[in-house]
Amino acid sequence: MEQERQSSFVAGVTDVAPILLGILPFALIAGVAAVGAGMTSLQAVAMSVFVFAGASQLAAIELIGQNAHAVVIVGTVAVINLRMMMYSASIAPYLRSVTGRVRWTLAYFLTDQVYALSITRFDDDEPSHRIWYYLGTGLPLWLVWVGGTWVGVVLGAQIPAGLSLDFAVPLTFIALLVPTLKDRPSLLAAAGASVAAVTAAGLPNNLGLITGAIVGVMIGALAEVLR
Amino acid sequence: MTGMNSVTLWGVLVAAGACTYLLRLSFLILLGRVDEIPDGAELALEYVPPAVLAALVAPALVYVDGTLALSAGNPRLLAGGVAVGVAWKTENIVATIGVGIGTLWVLQLL
Repeated sequence: MEQERQSSFVAGVTDVAPILLGILPFALIAGVAAVGAGMTSLQAVAMSVFVFAGASQLAAIELIGQNAHAVVIVGTVAVINLRMMMYSASIAPYLRSVTGRVRWTLAYFLTDQVYALSITRFDDDEPSHRIWYYLGTGLPLWLVWVGGTWVGVVLGAQIPAGLSLDFAVPLTFIALLVPTLKDRPSLLAAAGASVAAVTAAGLPNNLGLITGAIVGVMIGALAEVLR
Repeated sequence: MTGMNSVTLWGVLVAAGACTYLLRLSFLILLGRVDEIPDGAELALEYVPPAVLAALVAPALVYVDGTLALSAGNPRLLAGGVAVGVAWKTENIVATIGVGIGTLWVLQLL
């Protein structure tokens, strides 16, 4: 039993390892941008610990630099991270046998990457090992995220902007997106979401993202039902 | 540079963290009290990942400094396209990101 938990954990670490290389530039950018916006080193690293969600952190940092109202900043983070609610609903059935307190802990680690890896694995996995696989993906991710933010804070402006390292952010999402395009409805969902998100990009408070997601989900579900 | 005072900023960080955590926690506790997730919801949830990830990617590739740039002259769009191809063929994350960034650098130097 102990052996199997361990191997699930190791499987998680192994599966998340290649993703960590893509997360590192993302984390560095979060650190650099935070300090650039006037946050202290402690605030920058604390943000990565409290929020632990890159896309929303970058959006919030931009707003902080512009002296936006506190409510707008928190609201923007909430809207961008609404997708976490969908991840929560999607993964909850697989964690039904997990006790309450452990669930509260697992919730903290529910990022895009942890979700994507876990949901793929859970279809094959024994319920009792799922926790360990999940933590195997989440713990290294947390270390790289928080550690990378700190390194970004320290290196700060020494990372040249000409390297366009911010492009690593959408590239990481591309790397996660493509494996989900397993059938025609998924492709249509992604296509619909792309068009909607681009069209609605001018909406305030990042509503373009949620619009795109909703349109994509509706198209995907419709395509499956009409098959 | 932000003019936000320290207490407000810390308040924002704590609130942002709490909101995000609660969103993550939401169905993990709600679904404990509900036995089955309804079929319609289950159907929709299946398409959340491709929809959400695509909604995050597309604007980043297609907009340059806030303007729509749907042409071959947009290096990010081209590099992103190449990255999609690499991801499709290799399903390798390091390769996708490496080739994507590399392609962007090459295109920017041209």
